[in-house]
Amino acid sequence: MLTDLINRPKTSKRYVLVLVLITFAILIGGFVLLQKMQNVKILMTLFAVVWGVGSAALLYFTMNSIAQSLPRKMRSVAVAIVFAGPAVLILFWALVLPTLRTFWFSFFDATGSKFVGLKNYMFAFTDPIMLESFRNNLLWMIFGTSTCVILGLLIAVLGDKSKHEKVFKSLIFMPMAISFVGAGVIWKFVYAYKGQGINIVEIGLLNAIVTAFGGEAQPWLLVPFWNNFFLIFIMVWLQTGYAMVIISSAIKAIPSSLNEAARVDGANGFTIFFKITVPFIMPTIITVTTTILIFSLKLFDIVRVMTGGNYGTNVIANEFYLRQFTYGNTGEASAIAIVLLVVIVPVLYYNLKEFRSRKVLK
Amino acid sequence: MKKIIAIFMLVISSAAFLSANSNKEADKKDSAAMADKNDPYAAVRGKVVTMSGPFVDNDAVKFENSIKSFEEMTGIDIQYEGSKEFEASIAIRIEGGNPPDIADFPQPGLLENFVKKGYVIDLNKTLDMKKVKDNYIQSWLDMATMTGPEGDIMAGLWARVNGKSLVWYNKKAFDAAGYKVPTTWKELMTLQSQIIADGDTPWAIGIESGAATGWAMTDWVEEMMLRTTSLENYDKWVSGELKFDSPEVRAAIQAVADIWFADGMVYGGRNSIATTSFGDAPKVMFEQPPKAWLHKQGNFITSFFPDNMVANEDYDFFYLPSKDPSLGKPVLVAGDIYAMFNDRPEVRMVMQYFATGASVEGWVKAGGAISPHKDSKLSWYTNSVDRKVAEVIQNATSVRFDGSDLMPGAVGAGSFWREMTDYVVGAKTLDEAVKAIDASWPK
Repeated sequence: MLTDLINRPKTSKRYVLVLVLITFAILIGGFVLLQKMQNVKILMTLFAVVWGVGSAALLYFTMNSIAQSLPRKMRSVAVAIVFAGPAVLILFWALVLPTLRTFWFSFFDATGSKFVGLKNYMFAFTDPIMLESFRNNLLWMIFGTSTCVILGLLIAVLGDKSKHEKVFKSLIFMPMAISFVGAGVIWKFVYAYKGQGINIVEIGLLNAIVTAFGGEAQPWLLVPFWNNFFLIFIMVWLQTGYAMVIISSAIKAIPSSLNEAARVDGANGFTIFFKITVPFIMPTIITVTTTILIFSLKLFDIVRVMTGGNYGTNVIANEFYLRQFTYGNTGEASAIAIVLLVVIVPVLYYNLKEFRSRKVLK
Repeated sequence: MKKIIAIFMLVISSAAFLSANSNKEADKKDSAAMADKNDPYAAVRGKVVTMSGPFVDNDAVKFENSIKSFEEMTGIDIQYEGSKEFEASIAIRIEGGNPPDIADFPQPGLLENFVKKGYVIDLNKTLDMKKVKDNYIQSWLDMATMTGPEGDIMAGLWARVNGKSLVWYNKKAFDAAGYKVPTTWKELMTLQSQIIADGDTPWAIGIESGAATGWAMTDWVEEMMLRTTSLENYDKWVSGELKFDSPEVRAAIQAVADIWFADGMVYGGRNSIATTSFGDAPKVMFEQPPKAWLHKQGNFITSFFPDNMVANEDYDFFYLPSKDPSLGKPVLVAGDIYAMFNDRPEVRMVMQYFATGASVEGWVKAGGAISPHKDSKLSWYTNSVDRKVAEVIQNATSVRFDGSDLMPGAVGAGSFWREMTDYVVGAKTLDEAVKAIDASWPK
């Protein structure tokens, strides 16, 4: 595609000039018209969509024509700039600049005006609430991720080529369609606790099961330390389907002749699983693991909805949110954000490297 | 390609034609308004003022109704947007450079954050302050004066206040059971044991409130601060001079715990306090038969009572008695302060209006709001309960504002809520909790 564009015959200067003028006219004219349409909201919306999409396409077309009209030597660079430039610019503006700005703010006080040096980082690594958040994030990473991947792998292997594969896979995959916040609301009812005393009726599903077996109703979300696992379970419920689907597709890519050969050589199910299946799909398992790992590092919604970070379930992302938006402390919030970024980068790097070695990116 | 361009031109020209037509119509409307020279609001008619705050459900409807007549008179459209996560969302909007024209803060401490950063417009420079000052008693004006980067400013207007030291009960059942309204702390204690002796639970208490879980507990601590120690100590505590880890504050928290953690005292027991929503908690009082009998909360809580409840008939309240008669009859109050973020003529006009009793008249009449304005009338209080709340505030020997709302955000909307919740559920001891709150106080 790119070489096609570069090797095309040079476009004429006059044509390009006319094109540029038309583009300008449409861009500016459309903008002026849009201003005049304030009173008719529907027309304004329709026009904005047509004009916006149209001008973007036109802009690309014009820029490409300009690039084509350049001498052949500069053409390849110009074409690259035309097509990748805007994306790089937007990425710089929406990702790199905010990151740098956050880094800058992390050395300032709450209002972002007084330099305080490393004080915010000292807070981020020593404050009891931050230590608790680090511990909890570690729990999410270790138990959340491993449970998702192991369960996903087991289900994918055991369910492979079984009779009702489609049905139960769909069922397990279904929670993926629910947002984290939605899942939080659903599970709040599962873990609901009304207390003990006169005239109390439990409405929570889990407590209904426990009491049906003669147990005593428990305030599940209030039990320190263990409540983290009740929250992690929600992520497992949501994410196992994802791990299962990806791993399952990798398993289906294993050549059947390989399995048959192993069987002829006398390998049983376990040997096949550990000696053939797992090594064959290892890259997939690693990709799935790192993806869910990143997920559990920046986890926020479930904790926010279910406990608000109370009862010892706080996580880094929630504490960052509280610092910035509830307490109005820009400095501390920025420091936490940078710490979170630094922790995630190695995982992200490993993930990308894995992608690259599989020639997905090159 | 030329075809595509041609189609573009066609679309644009037709759009231009349509919009030009519609513009003419709008112009006509405008000129019609201008022609009416008797209309003093011609300049602002049709303008929009955006406003956001924490009122949702019933409260939002009552607010919308109370400003309706002003909107009709001036033609200004006040677009109100309520959010349960207001505390967090307002910061995103203000710091993102997209603040509402007016924001309603239930916590002056939160507003102070934005004043410090210089986002809030000084009302001294934008409103007719003589009118404003004539309409409030001095202590409200003092509480609205905050320090910005360029010195003290008038940061907002008090629009609606709450009396907090109120204990609600199911009047019919209460009378039928033969209980008597306690007027002293001792009588309250006797009532508690009487209810327990009758095989029932005295208190309905819930502090769950999403990300704001725990605020209802801090109210109780403030009540007990007012009832166990001096006003000077209360003020010192609020400003951070008196630590949470001091005998006075510990004693106040302990006084709450003495009631909350006692066996059979709270419906659902200690653990259910943190899992019960503050709005759901009082509902059990109105079941047949009542499952609990007493609920301490500000007068806004009547909005959360079951539908069709008649004030003074189905429910009533009494003043939470003083523990130590020498401390008088203190009343805890809270309120909403409206701050201005964009300076336009129509926003000024709306703010000026909020400084008058007329702006809350509809709300006062609908119930659930007390007006702090001098020009509001006692006859507006259609239900006797609200009038009694206004009276309680008037009869108070001292009035103090909700302490957690005055403390810096990191404490008042953060560690105070969080640590008290952890203390209630037993995740932390009192010792650990008070030390953690002190450690979080911004230096």
